[in-house]
Amino acid sequence: MIAIDERGYYGEFGGAFIPEMLYPNIEELRNSYLRIMQEPGFEREFRALLRDYVGRPTPLYLAERLSEQYQASIYLKREDLNHTGAHKINNTVGQILLARRLGKKRIIAETGAGQHGVATATVCALMGMPCIVYMGAVDIRRQAPNVARMRMLGAEVRPATSGSQTLKDATNEAIRDWINNPEDTHYIIGSVVGPHPYPDMVARFQSVISEEIKAQLREQAGRENPDLIIACVGGGSNAAGAFYHYLNEEAVRLIAVEAAGLGVDSGESAATSVLGSKGIIHGSRTLLMQTPDGQIVEPYSISAGLDYPGIGPLHAHLIASGRAEAIPITDDEALAAGYLLSRREGIIPALETAHAFAALEKIQFRRDDVIVINLSGRGDKDLETYINHFERFKSQNT
Amino acid sequence: MNRVQQLFARRQRDILNIYFTAGFPGLHDTERIILALARAGADLVEVGMPYSDPLADGPTIQQSGQRALKNGMTLPLLFEQIRAVRLKSDIPLVLMGYFNQVMQYGEQRFIDHCVESGIDGLILPDLPLYEYEQAFREMISRAGLSISFLITPQTPETRIRKVDELSRGFIYMVADASVTGARSGISDKQLAYFGRINRMALKNPRLIGFGISSRETFEQACRYANGAIIGSAFIRALAEADDVERAALNFVRGIRGEVAAG
Ligand SMILES: Cc1ncc(COP(=O)(O)O)c(C=O)c1O
Repeated sequence: MIAIDERGYYGEFGGAFIPEMLYPNIEELRNSYLRIMQEPGFEREFRALLRDYVGRPTPLYLAERLSEQYQASIYLKREDLNHTGAHKINNTVGQILLARRLGKKRIIAETGAGQHGVATATVCALMGMPCIVYMGAVDIRRQAPNVARMRMLGAEVRPATSGSQTLKDATNEAIRDWINNPEDTHYIIGSVVGPHPYPDMVARFQSVISEEIKAQLREQAGRENPDLIIACVGGGSNAAGAFYHYLNEEAVRLIAVEAAGLGVDSGESAATSVLGSKGIIHGSRTLLMQTPDGQIVEPYSISAGLDYPGIGPLHAHLIASGRAEAIPITDDEALAAGYLLSRREGIIPALETAHAFAALEKIQFRRDDVIVINLSGRGDKDLETYINHFERFKSQNT
Repeated sequence: MNRVQQLFARRQRDILNIYFTAGFPGLHDTERIILALARAGADLVEVGMPYSDPLADGPTIQQSGQRALKNGMTLPLLFEQIRAVRLKSDIPLVLMGYFNQVMQYGEQRFIDHCVESGIDGLILPDLPLYEYEQAFREMISRAGLSISFLITPQTPETRIRKVDELSRGFIYMVADASVTGARSGISDKQLAYFGRINRMALKNPRLIGFGISSRETFEQACRYANGAIIGSAFIRALAEADDVERAALNFVRGIRGEVAAG
């Protein structure tokens, strides 16, 4: 049975390793998140916004040309068709409703690829709340379209200039902001990371993905359970959402795809399950990339959303216990898969998502297996990167 | 009794605790800085174990940690430096760092090396009370080390009582909700908070930290607690110094209101 305990542990992973300054905020959340989420009024408002504003349910699409190529039935869960172009908004809608019920007046967030930042800026505009998004200076450069979107939506984007100037450092800055503003601020974390109750809360908000997959597969394929579910893992929120209602369905293989950057052994990688060990990052006991001295290692991936040296405690537990399989995918393998999906299905995926598709080349499955790939986001924000590498992949692209 | 406990047994007032980051500004400055602080009349030195991701620290301490790591600072080297200090000084020493560093070093091994090198206490701001009680408390008390937990203006009374029960040595009283180095001066609201804590008659002495930077703020803090902790302001003084020993000497004299040496 895969479940979280009262202290926020999945097996030995999780917990809340936070400075005392954060204790009142985290304790308030811990004591109220389940109660608020289970209020009928909350549930109604959340569902209505997901339907009317976000555009849910998202389609489950049988990708025939891809299925033919890989000799399996490949269904794509179209989270890219959500408002703002990724799964991230499922969580931000939920958290902003929660923040309002807690009486918070100011919202902060971290972002890597900018998708979570955009999704947070969007719901803040919707609710008329001030929004500050911390983003690594490197990511501000490589995800420029999303920076412009956040600003247009009224958010203030603050660069994180410490460390590797990517997602890890943006998260540090957001946590420091919260420490400095303990009374009026809610921190909308963008993935299933951070201190308890964030991993569980975000997973619950994202679980709508697998709830829909179940119903849609039943209708389209006559069965609720696929043989495999594949999702990319940065912190792990889209994967958590896609796995959620299958966690205790042992027959469903769960594939967590990580960014290997230039290669697992290259020194430029973000493949946490291979390179990581047990430790504490952002308030959670989980797997992370670190030196023997416990200094957190600066990761690398072409994809800003996967460029993170840890994974959420749920995934650490799934991988450590053998429930999920972790597959590392390099920059080039992801790019190739991104170009392929564009040509075969007319869908340009986010670079993060492209990693999930590349896993089709790496995993064993049976002919006619039913595979669901969580298409977590669309690739508009990554066009510049795709264009820059296009020539190198030209032979494969014709 | 360890040296921290002995200090508070001797004196309950005007305790000056100076924080700095080990290996900053130079890798081998640790020993000289501690000895100079001791000579100048600091009562207690809090030695920061530089960390890549110090969540509770503001930019000044973060940058000193980055620099120290770049200089090559490690825990084994730090313990060596502490051993060298102990040949020459009995000043109470506490280590401040993040729990991941302790976990990776090995909790029992870390504690053993603290004791053996002459460390008296620990401050681990991201080690929560609950986790401490589960695994770590037993090891700490067996070793006779001090440990200081934090309270803030937002900490509820029942939790302050718990912090008082679990702390050994002194309680770290965060002056204002903030990361280190973020504020300066003491407000009326803070004074009310200090007064409220005083009336609770806790068993542990309290040192006020965060935002103490000058003789004036130090003296003010000493009126409401047993003393204060100064970090970022001292790091800034070290960063600008040609001679770290003289900088340490002058800094402490400045805080104590003595005439600074030329
Ligand atoms: C489209 C997309 N997929 C995946 C991710 C990775 O995050 P997570 O692992 O939380 O789903 C991101 C993060 O920015 C993203 O934008």
